[in-house]
Amino acid sequence: MGKVKVHRATPSLDMTPMVDLAFLLVTFFMLTTKFAPDEPVQVDTPSSVSEILLPDTNIMVITVAKDGRVFFTMDGKYHRAELIKKIGEKYGITFGADEVNTFAILSSFGVPMGNLQEYLSSEPEARKKILQPGIPADSAHNELADWIVFARMANPKLRIALKGDAETSYPTVKQVINTLIDRKVLRFNLITNMETAS
Amino acid sequence: MAEVNTGGGGGKEKGGKVRAKKASTKIDMTPMVDLAFLLLTFFMLTATFNKPKTMELNMPDKPKADDPEPPEVNIKKVVSIALEGNDKIYYWRGIDDGQPTATQTSYSKDGIRKVIMDEDHAVANTVFLIKPSDKSRYKNIVDVLDEMAITKAQRYAIVDHTPEDDAIVSGNPAPATPK
Repeated sequence: MGKVKVHRATPSLDMTPMVDLAFLLVTFFMLTTKFAPDEPVQVDTPSSVSEILLPDTNIMVITVAKDGRVFFTMDGKYHRAELIKKIGEKYGITFGADEVNTFAILSSFGVPMGNLQEYLSSEPEARKKILQPGIPADSAHNELADWIVFARMANPKLRIALKGDAETSYPTVKQVINTLIDRKVLRFNLITNMETAS
Repeated sequence: MAEVNTGGGGGKEKGGKVRAKKASTKIDMTPMVDLAFLLLTFFMLTATFNKPKTMELNMPDKPKADDPEPPEVNIKKVVSIALEGNDKIYYWRGIDDGQPTATQTSYSKDGIRKVIMDEDHAVANTVFLIKPSDKSRYKNIVDVLDEMAITKAQRYAIVDHTPEDDAIVSGNPAPATPK
């Protein structure tokens, strides 16, 4: 009878290639990940077959929430700083350097001009808790129009995108579209989702 | 290999005698690998792959006072699509010549898409007027615009929903002026 010989070779495995790959992937994802800015409101965009990608730069996004509140944002720190100074002049509000800086890095917001200074000067944590009433966009008191005009002055290359919730009632959207048309913005983008197979 | 050589080799000379260091030079990499995979999983899950897509929309400018009258459109070339509340959708051909009858359809593939294709086939260069009523949702209009893109319909416009349209949809259009 042959004796069973215990194989004494080391059971350790060369992990190096796996580790290399893992770190390569970690590095890749770390560099490509862009954290989504925290939106003040959850918006569920309708889907479409369109495959045009939304540009990352020179973009202004008007968000229309489910309940009809209107939010505004644009990219570019310097353009935003310019925007807030200009629009402050028009409304006779002087924003301090701190407030300008806060505004420059702010995400989407929806506060009327009257409350903007108070909103900007509050602490970041408190700011998240404030229920934003939305930017007035009705014909009697249309602050959205001013935001559009001054934003385009601050950055003439700006493209305008409309991000509406699928459930928003049409009159609200119509109001925003009419505001855009009144300000001679005749070309704009509607932000949609990729169509899911139906 | 999964080990790090500390280089230099073993031991110092001590009292003239060379002593080979017997301690293992292998490092346990497992915790590092654990961490690497944890990070990998985190970034993979948070990565947003579906970037938002957009749909381009061109709207006509508001007519100015000194603009020339727009050319007449042959009313036989016009198909109205009315978007009503509760995701209902109606269409009819013609404007208010005679009494157009609204037909109800749906947002599905066999609904409005087929209608647009058929109508576009029946009369070349059909103009589609999209009339979203105040009760319709934003999704409705995006859906119809999407169908226009799918069917490659060339001529369409978003216009206001008038009380006359309401009457046509409800089935009792106002008596047309006899000609």
